[in-house]
Amino acid sequence: MPRDEAGVLSEIKRDYIIKKIKEGKRDDGRGLTDFREITIQKNYVPRAAGSAFVNLGRTKIVAGVKIEAGEPFPDTPNQGVLTTNVELLPMAFPTFEAGPPNENSIEIARVVDRGIRESKMIDLEKLVVEPGKKVYIVFVDINVIDYDGNLIDACTLGVLSALKSAIVPASKEGGKDFPLPIRTLPVSVTMVKIGDELVVDPSVEEEQLSSARITVTTGEDGHLKAMQKGDSGSFTLDEIRKAIKISSDTGKLIREKHLQ
Amino acid sequence: MGTASDIKLIDENGLRIDGRSPTELRPIKIETDVLDRADGSAFIEWGGNKILVAVYGPREAYPKHTQDIEKAIIKARYNMAAFSVDERKRPGPDRRSIEISKVISEALSNAVMVEQFPRAQIDVFIEVLQADAGTRIAGLTAASVALASAGIPMRDLVVGCAAGKVDGQIVLDLGKEEDNFGEADLPMGILAKSGKVVLMQMDGDLSAEEFDKATELILDAVKRINEIQREALAGKFVSLALERGGE
Amino acid sequence: MAETKQIVMPGDLLDPSLGKPRNGAYKCGENQFCSSYFGIVQVSDQFVDVVPFSGPYYPRRGDKVIGKVIEVGPSMWIVDINSPYSTLLHMNDTPWRTQSGDIKKYLGPGDYVYAKVMSLNEIKESWITLKDVGLRKLEGGHITSVPAPKVPRIIGKGGSMVNMIKDATETRIVVGQNGLIWIDGTPDNVMIAIKAVKMVEKEAHTTGLTDRIQNYLKELKGE
Repeated sequence: MPRDEAGVLSEIKRDYIIKKIKEGKRDDGRGLTDFREITIQKNYVPRAAGSAFVNLGRTKIVAGVKIEAGEPFPDTPNQGVLTTNVELLPMAFPTFEAGPPNENSIEIARVVDRGIRESKMIDLEKLVVEPGKKVYIVFVDINVIDYDGNLIDACTLGVLSALKSAIVPASKEGGKDFPLPIRTLPVSVTMVKIGDELVVDPSVEEEQLSSARITVTTGEDGHLKAMQKGDSGSFTLDEIRKAIKISSDTGKLIREKHLQ
Repeated sequence: MGTASDIKLIDENGLRIDGRSPTELRPIKIETDVLDRADGSAFIEWGGNKILVAVYGPREAYPKHTQDIEKAIIKARYNMAAFSVDERKRPGPDRRSIEISKVISEALSNAVMVEQFPRAQIDVFIEVLQADAGTRIAGLTAASVALASAGIPMRDLVVGCAAGKVDGQIVLDLGKEEDNFGEADLPMGILAKSGKVVLMQMDGDLSAEEFDKATELILDAVKRINEIQREALAGKFVSLALERGGE
Repeated sequence: MAETKQIVMPGDLLDPSLGKPRNGAYKCGENQFCSSYFGIVQVSDQFVDVVPFSGPYYPRRGDKVIGKVIEVGPSMWIVDINSPYSTLLHMNDTPWRTQSGDIKKYLGPGDYVYAKVMSLNEIKESWITLKDVGLRKLEGGHITSVPAPKVPRIIGKGGSMVNMIKDATETRIVVGQNGLIWIDGTPDNVMIAIKAVKMVEKEAHTTGLTDRIQNYLKELKGE
C-alpha cells in the first residue's frame, strides 16, 4: 500500500494511535474490526455499462465497466474476458504521480481481480458471441480520486456494484442487450497489523503505522477465494486464521448491508 | 486457478498425475555461487523449474531519491525468460511479474537486516529459465540462499512452499497440470526458524479447514526444504575440509 | 585430520557456553543469541563471533584501506573502498599543498590510494585521510581483491601469511582491511603471489593452511 512522506506522522500521534489500538480502540471511535461508513452510488457514470462511486470513510473511488466484443484468449475459447485496472490519480494524494501503473496500483488491481475471478462471480461462459472467435470483454477501470487508506476493499466494493448493474451491449452484435450474468458476490476484507493487533479497514495513518497487511476475500459460501499478504512485516499462522474468521464474518455483513 | 476439466488429477490409489503422494514434494536441488560477477548467487531446480538468482549489493541506492535514510531497500526482480514457458513469453516485466517482484521483495526485507544499510539497495535478480508451476516460491527459496551466500546479515532463511487443492484434496507443491486444472493454490514464504509468514497469496476455493490442512503440509515441508538450503550453503565448505582431511 | 570450524546459518542459535556473542550475532530471545550470517563461529578470549564467508566491507575508524578514486570535486575526491558506500578524501587530509580546483593533478579517477578511515557517521558517510605513516598514492603494481571477511586469514597471525608470500615471491604487498590488495614486483612473481592469495581466500575456513600455502608457493615457483 502506498506509504508516503506526505503523511509522515508526528511521534505524538503515532504513540497515541498505537496506545489506543492496544486498548482495542481507534482514533475515530471505531472498534478494531469495524469498517468506516460505506456509501455506494450506483450508476454514477451512466455512459459506462456499469459504474459506482464509493465512499469508504474519506477514501473515494469511481469504478466503471465497459463491455466490448473482442477475441477470446486462445486457451479459453468459450469464455468472455475480464480485465481489471486501477489508476492512482495524482489528485488523490500528494505523492501520487501521473504515469503508467506502478507496483502499488498493479498489486491492488490484481488482488481485486483475483477475488472476482476466483469466486467465479461473472459467468464468463455466457459472454460468448461466436466460440473461439468473438466474446465479450469486460473492462473494469477504477479511478482512485481521494486516498485515505484501504484501497483494495474500496475498489472491490466499487467493482462489485458496477458489475452488478452492468448491461452487456449485445444489440451491437445483433442480439438483445442483457444484464451481465452475476453468480455470487465475493467480499474482500483488508486488515493491517499494528503492534500485535489486527486492525480492519485501515486509514492512511494506520497503514503508515502498520508492519504488514492481509487481504482475505471470501465468497457467499464462506470459503476463501483469494488472499494476499503485503508489506515487509510478518504474520503468525494464528493471526492469519483470525484474519480469515474476521473476513468471513465481516464480509457477510457487508454483503447483506451494502450489496443486496 | 484454471478452468475445470475432465482430467483426473488423483488416481484411485491416491497418487497424483506425476506419481507423487499428496504430501510429497517434487525433487529440489540448490547450488550456490554459480555466477562469477554477482556478490551472491544460487541456482535452483524444483521439479521442472530452473531458476537462477543473483544478488548485487548492498550498494548505494540509485536514483538517489529512492534512498531510505533508515534502511536498505530490497529490489527483487522476478523475470521469466521468453523461452521458459510453452508459448513464447514477451520479454520484459508484465503485471504478474511486477506483483511477484513486489511480494518477494517484501518477504526478503523481513529476513534481511535492512536497518544495517541506510541509503543502500540490495538487488535480487530472479531469472526463471524454465517454468513448471511454483516459480515464485522456488525463486524465493533460492533468493534467500543467494543472499546468505553474499554474506548479507539476515535474521533467518526464508523458505518458499505451496499447497493447493486438487480433485477436492489438499496436496503439497502443485505441479503444472495441478496448477492449471486444480481448485486452489496457496503459495507461502515462511521464516525457517520462527515459522512466521512473510509471503502469502491464495487463489481458488478453500474452506477455513482446508486452509489449516494446507498450512500443516506446508510447515512440514518447510523443514525439508530448509535442510536442502542449508546443505547447499554449507556443502561446499564441508566437502573442501574433508578433501583436505587426508593431508 | 583438518577440522572445520562450526558452520552456522542465519538464525541458528549460538551455543551460550562458548562465550559472549559479539560480532555477527543478534538477540533472538530471552538470553538467546542467533547468527546473523552464513559463516563460521570463532571463539577468542570469552567472545564469540560469527565471521561470514563473504560480504561487503564495513568501514571502521582507524582501518587502513585501499581505495580507487572515482570522482574528483573542487576540494575532495570520492573514493570507492569496496564497500556499499563510497568515501570522501578532503584535500586538507593529504600530505600535498593543494589548492581548491587543482587537486586533479595529485589524484585522478582510477588512481589508487592506501588510506586510513578517519571518521564515519550513522548514515554510513565516511572520510579517509592520507596523513599517517605509510599512507600514500599507490603507484604501479597490481590490485587484486578478496572478500573483506577473509582479510585476517590473508594477513595471518602477526602477519605470518602475507610475509610468507612476500618472502617467497620477492614482492611488495599492501593488504587493505577492505579486501583490496596491492602487489608489486616482477610480473611472474606478482602472478604467483595472486594465486597464493586466491588459494588462501578459497580455503580460509580450513586449518593447517600455512603449510599448504608454503607447499603451493614452492610448487608454483617450480621448486
